[in-house]
Amino acid sequence: MHGAWQGGRSAAGRRIGRDHKLAVVAEFDSVGLRYGTGAEVLRDLDFRLTGGGFYFLTGPSGAGKTSLLKLLYLAQRPTRGRIRLFGKELSDAPREALPPFRRRIGVVFQDFRLIRNLSAFDNIALPLRIAGASEEEIEGPVREMLAWVGLADRASAPPPTLSGGEQQRVAIARAVINRPELLVADEPTGNVDADMAHRLLHLFTALNRLGTTVVVATHDVGLIKATPGARLIRLENGSLVDPTGVLKNPPPEAGRS
Amino acid sequence: MLGWLFASPAQRRLLGGARLRGPTPWVIAIMSFSIMIIAAAGLALANTAATLGRSIEARYSLQLPSGASNVGALEGALRESPGVTAVEAVPEKEMRRTLARWMGAAADSADLPVPALVNFELRDGADLAAVEARVRAASPDARIIAHRESVGPLLRSLRLLHWLALGLVLLLSAAAAAAVVLAARGALDTHRQTIEVMHGVGATDLQIAHLFQRKIAIDALTGSVMGAAAAALVLLLLASGAAFVGDLTGGATLALADLFLLALLPLALTVLATWVARTAVLAALRQNL
Repeated sequence: MHGAWQGGRSAAGRRIGRDHKLAVVAEFDSVGLRYGTGAEVLRDLDFRLTGGGFYFLTGPSGAGKTSLLKLLYLAQRPTRGRIRLFGKELSDAPREALPPFRRRIGVVFQDFRLIRNLSAFDNIALPLRIAGASEEEIEGPVREMLAWVGLADRASAPPPTLSGGEQQRVAIARAVINRPELLVADEPTGNVDADMAHRLLHLFTALNRLGTTVVVATHDVGLIKATPGARLIRLENGSLVDPTGVLKNPPPEAGRS
Repeated sequence: MLGWLFASPAQRRLLGGARLRGPTPWVIAIMSFSIMIIAAAGLALANTAATLGRSIEARYSLQLPSGASNVGALEGALRESPGVTAVEAVPEKEMRRTLARWMGAAADSADLPVPALVNFELRDGADLAAVEARVRAASPDARIIAHRESVGPLLRSLRLLHWLALGLVLLLSAAAAAAVVLAARGALDTHRQTIEVMHGVGATDLQIAHLFQRKIAIDALTGSVMGAAAAALVLLLLASGAAFVGDLTGGATLALADLFLLALLPLALTVLATWVARTAVLAALRQNL
C-alpha cells in the first residue's frame, strides 16, 4: 500500500455517481478582488451559476476573466463580498476545508499546467490518486478518458513530447476524470485549431448533458455561437455587465442548455 | 505514522530529480561527517577526563625539599598511617631523569639539591590531616600535594573541551536544519506549478508536504549515512593515534555506549531534517491562499 496519500479520500472526494441537482452551484454576492495593495481587479460581482448550466465568460483582455475563474475554483479568496459554492459559504473558510470542495471542481488552465515529470496517463490520474483511489480503480477510467480525448496511444508520453493540442486534451481529461460538478476552463481553445476547438466543445457539452455545470472563458465567438442555450457572463473592467439582472436572479430553468 | 515514506512510482515522479543531484545530500554529508568527528572527540575527551579524574582522585605526593636523607622514615610513617593503601618512593635516578628534560646534563651534578618524592594513595574517607600530622612529626619540612590540585586545570580544560564539542554538535545540527529549510524553500519554488496544480485538484497541504518531506528525508538519510561512513573511516585511521593518546592519559577510548550514541547521530540528523522540512513546507504552503 502506498501510504503517502492515505487519508486523502474523503466523503467529498471521489463522487462518481454524485448528485448534480444543486439548484445553485455558485453564488457571488458583492464580490471584490484586489491583488496586494493594487486597485480592485474585480468589483461588485453579483451572480449565480445554476446547476447544469453552460456559461461562457467573455470580455476584453484584462477585464478580470482569469481572476473570476480563480475565485470560482478556490485558488483565490475575495477581498470583499461573499462566495457560496455548492451551498457552502467559503469566503472565510479555513484552508483545511477547501480541498474537498476543490475536488468537486475541474479546472482547465489556459497554459495547461501539465506536470512535466508525469506521463499523460499519470497527469490524468492525478485527481483520482489525490482523492485516494487505488491503482485498480484508476486504470480503467483513465484509459477510457485517454480514448475519449483521442490519446489512447500516447498514454505513456511525457507532456514535453506532446503537441499543444494533445497537451490541451490531456489537461481537459485531467479536469473531468473525477466527474466534477463544476468545470472551469480558461481559454481552452486558445491553442488549438478550429476542428480541435469544436471537438473540445463537444466534450464540454457532453459533460454538461451529464449534469456538470460548465464555465468557459473565451474570446472565440464561433465557440459561443456553436453552443445554443449557453449563457453569457460578460466582464468589463472588472465589473459584470448584467443590465437585465438575469445573472443575479436567474429563472430556475435558466441554466439548462 | 510513517505511511508517507512509502510512495507509489507516480507519486515519486511528481517531484522528479535523481538522488544526489541537488546539493542537499552533500551538505548533510559534510554536516554529518563533522558532527560525528566532533562528537567522537568530545566523548573521548569526556572519557579521558573521567579516567584521569578517577585515577588521581586518591593519589598524593609527599615532597621533601631537603632530599632523600629522611625518606625511609617517612615511608615507614606513611605505611603505618590509617587509610594509606600504597606507598612508593620515586628513585633519585628517576627524579634526575625528569629534571634532565629541563636542565640537560646539569641534572646529573652531585651539587644539585634533588628533592625526594614519595607517592601514596589514600582509601576513600581516610583522614588526610592525620596522615599529614604523622608525616610532619617525622619530617617538619615535608609537604603533601594532592595530584588533583596539579592536574585540576588540565581536567577543567578537558571538560570544557567536552562541552565545547557538544556545543559544536548542536551548532552544526542547527546549520544542517537551516540548510534543509533553504533546500525546502528552493524545492517549493522549483515545483510551484506542480503545487498549484495539486492544490487545484484538491490535494491537502499535508499531502503536498508529504512529498517534499519524503524527498528530503531520503536525501538527508543518504547524506547522513555517507558522512557517517566517512567519519567512521577517519576514526578508524586515527585509532592507533588514539591508542597512543590513551596510553598517555590512562585510556582515552570510546565505550560501547559511545559507539551506539555515535551510530544514532545520522538517524537523529535525518529525523531532524525531516521534521524541519515538513514544518518549513507546511508554513510556506499556509502563506498561500
